[in-house]
Amino acid sequence: MEIIKLSAKEIREKILNKELTCVEVVTAFVDQAKKNEKYNAVLEVFEDAIEIAKEMDEKVANGFKGKLAGVPVIIKDNIMYEGKICSCSSKFLEKYIAQYNSTAVQKLLDEGAIIIGRANMDEFAMGSSTENSAYGITLNPIDPTRVPGGSSGGSACAVALDMCPIALGTDTGGSVRQPASYCGIYGLKPTYGRISRYGIVAYGSSLDQVGIFSKNVEDNAIVLEILAGYDEHDSTSAKHPVDSYSLKLNDDISNLKIGVPKEIVEMAKGSDSEQNLANFINTLKSLGFEIVDVSIKNSDLMLSTYYIIAWAEATSNLSRFDGVKYTTRSETARNLQEIYKESRSEGFGKEVKRRIMLGNYVLSSGFYDAYYKKAKALQGSLIEEYNKAFKACDILIIPTALGEAFKIGSKASPIDAYKEDVFTISANVVGIPSLSIPFGKGANGMPLGIQIMANKFDEAKILSLAKLIEDKIGE
Amino acid sequence: MQYDVIIGLEVHAELRTKTKCFCSCKNEYGSSPNSNCCPVCVGLPGALPVLNKHAVEQTIRAGLALGFEINNTAIFERKNYFYPDLSKAYQISQLEKPICINGSLRVGEKDIPINRIHLEEDAGKLVHFGSDSLIDYNRGGVPLIELVTDALKEPHMETADEAIEFLTKLRQIYIYAGVADCEMEKGQMRADVNISLRPKGSKEFGTKVEMKNIMGFKSIHRAINYEIERQKEILEDGGVIEQETRKWDNDKGESFTLRTKENSEDYRYFPDPDLLAVNISDEEIQKIKDTMPMLPNDMKKKYLEEYGLNEYDTDVILAEKEVSDLYSECLKDYFQPKSVANWFTTEILARIKGGNKLDISKENLVWIIKSVDEKKIQRNSAKDLLTFVWGTNLNAEVEAKKQGIMADLSSDIVFEVLDKILKEKADVVAQFKAEQDPKILNFLVGQVMRETRGKANAGEVMEKIKEKIM
Repeated sequence: MEIIKLSAKEIREKILNKELTCVEVVTAFVDQAKKNEKYNAVLEVFEDAIEIAKEMDEKVANGFKGKLAGVPVIIKDNIMYEGKICSCSSKFLEKYIAQYNSTAVQKLLDEGAIIIGRANMDEFAMGSSTENSAYGITLNPIDPTRVPGGSSGGSACAVALDMCPIALGTDTGGSVRQPASYCGIYGLKPTYGRISRYGIVAYGSSLDQVGIFSKNVEDNAIVLEILAGYDEHDSTSAKHPVDSYSLKLNDDISNLKIGVPKEIVEMAKGSDSEQNLANFINTLKSLGFEIVDVSIKNSDLMLSTYYIIAWAEATSNLSRFDGVKYTTRSETARNLQEIYKESRSEGFGKEVKRRIMLGNYVLSSGFYDAYYKKAKALQGSLIEEYNKAFKACDILIIPTALGEAFKIGSKASPIDAYKEDVFTISANVVGIPSLSIPFGKGANGMPLGIQIMANKFDEAKILSLAKLIEDKIGE
Repeated sequence: MQYDVIIGLEVHAELRTKTKCFCSCKNEYGSSPNSNCCPVCVGLPGALPVLNKHAVEQTIRAGLALGFEINNTAIFERKNYFYPDLSKAYQISQLEKPICINGSLRVGEKDIPINRIHLEEDAGKLVHFGSDSLIDYNRGGVPLIELVTDALKEPHMETADEAIEFLTKLRQIYIYAGVADCEMEKGQMRADVNISLRPKGSKEFGTKVEMKNIMGFKSIHRAINYEIERQKEILEDGGVIEQETRKWDNDKGESFTLRTKENSEDYRYFPDPDLLAVNISDEEIQKIKDTMPMLPNDMKKKYLEEYGLNEYDTDVILAEKEVSDLYSECLKDYFQPKSVANWFTTEILARIKGGNKLDISKENLVWIIKSVDEKKIQRNSAKDLLTFVWGTNLNAEVEAKKQGIMADLSSDIVFEVLDKILKEKADVVAQFKAEQDPKILNFLVGQVMRETRGKANAGEVMEKIKEKIM
């Protein structure tokens, strides 16, 4: 038995019935993380993880049966874990130590998970390749000359390389699903408000969601069950009841109607993903599902809508990093204005600065109505479009990305990089759940992904369908 | 040339709530620096605001007290600017959909139109030591209501006196409604003033100049008059008023430019994505209406009509809520509105002048007033007794007995003295019988009181004298 190949569920079971100790488990994964340092997936392996594993073994011996007892987890570097550095892969927060636990981390800890490290990311979650990290790029786990995707590239790479069975990321415009697709694993972005954002360093607050990486559907469902739910610390978290996702995985879903949005499929024309989606549709048909065409008007405006909202919110969210309080302060600054200007100039990376400036532009007096207000209005009409679509079907399927993971350094222009998000942003703009599942291979043998999307709070449908396909492919 | 002066006010008041506006830290003045702080109010990364519903209720209450319409949906927005006392580099405030719109306040014979009251969070406080500056975030996140008068609508405030009357009344209403304590010296109420001038009769508005954060009504009064004169002089000289923000220097008695229009801030307001829109139901508004404490106007009516007090006494007692509270409390135990009011407008007023603390218990005060009315103590002794027990835990009755100022001599002894006096002053008695002058009776009572060193009951003595010689 190779420990690092076990699922989260198997690890817990083996720990509870004394086949394994938490120390053995954590040691195995920590060793795997250290062995693969060259991928730069993990910024820091937490040295106290073994100590915590020892304590967990005692707790288990005393009858503790947490749903993730002894399961190692790696978190993206923008999620607060008290006492640990949370740098958002920025130089600016190089030494910033989390002062409290994010709700997501607290819930994991309460169920016995052991957090063994923090993962590399695009600085402040801005990027689709993890090339924008101040601490170096993360390599794709399958082909190290390619990117792992982003912004949660480190988390995806860590799971794909068996450094942990579960990792957390955040997804503002595809930052969990696209790297999942590039690394050949599962990546879920739940409904907006399904998981508390408390303790997540905000990028685009109205779009941000914590996302879950796993190597199989069941682990993903188990973790979602734990993390989902209303949090009094996050007013935007939903009071909607939480399903027993992991128990519903084998429910009969044969009557689900699957929709294919033609305007979005159009955008995949000529890419690896076009053929891959067609193959996926055939698989669904072979499983007996009814496939319907649906139309989502204004899909071509989704990208602009998304970026305007994200930049505007980011500008405001990142203003608190001002060199005054907890960020690093420019050593040459001699007065308040210089503290602001020089600290921020030195602290933020290029892409972050670009988005801050764009965000200020779309919010500034005279441009607000033309950009931000219009984008919010478009968001409203897109939500209407999706509501309509979900009257005609239960599930939407679209590619996760245009194709395989691209080569490091190949997307030099920011516009090319932004276009990477074309298939993933709709779930954020509309606030619906979406799971990227590994399906098919591209021309270079790299993994491809398909998104399974559903209406708000219908994660159970998504996970059940994904489970069915996972089982089918496994046959 | 003659000018019309138009004065606009923006008044900030810190709400009275147990906790801050967007977190559960205490809303408390005077705690040690940075002791009432949490990840939310110091703006740690990842922390999120959660609206304090009581702050919304208090804002609604303030609005209802001033006759505002209450919006059924209110939105919080971010006002973005950099300053070290602002932990998140944005203030959560309201722009497009404030909680209260369209109210007014009566000043003299004018109903001054008020545009809005919105709810926002206060900033922290900077403390400077030489070249160092320290930040105290205790005040950061304290709920603050901002009221903005509508200078575009008639009638306008035109003089410093009117502005001060507006502020005084507003403060009184906030305090009576229980929404804010408005202690000026604690910065719990602060005002910005806008002033513009235009040639008399002109319809067009002049350029307005703003003066920020002037502390205290006296300074505001001075600053307004200074600004009116400044603008007049410029206009008389054929100059142009520049749109600017000025800062008042109370020590020098003059103002100076803080920033001009060119370098004014663009706050880049947008709805705060961390907070949901606030839905305020009509039932909720009604509930707040139903539990509104009695406001100064209604109390005044009651004092005049039910208690029969005069206008002056009414205004003196109502000026400070704690005074009128004590008055009401006293009436509960001793319902003699006029007699009690007399003490308030003289003795109590004299003792709290200049901001001295109202520091007398209801029990002591009622006992003293009642004892004087029942002639158990002489008025002068009672005043001394009031001074003696003021600000202490002493019991007035116990002290009066200790000091021997009670009219507690037995009637037998008093009558003995009385008989003695009547014999000694037989000539006076005869004079009374001839002239029937009541002053003579008082003289005789006075003689008895002197002889008994004030320990006789003067009323009883008077009755007895009348009985004996009339």
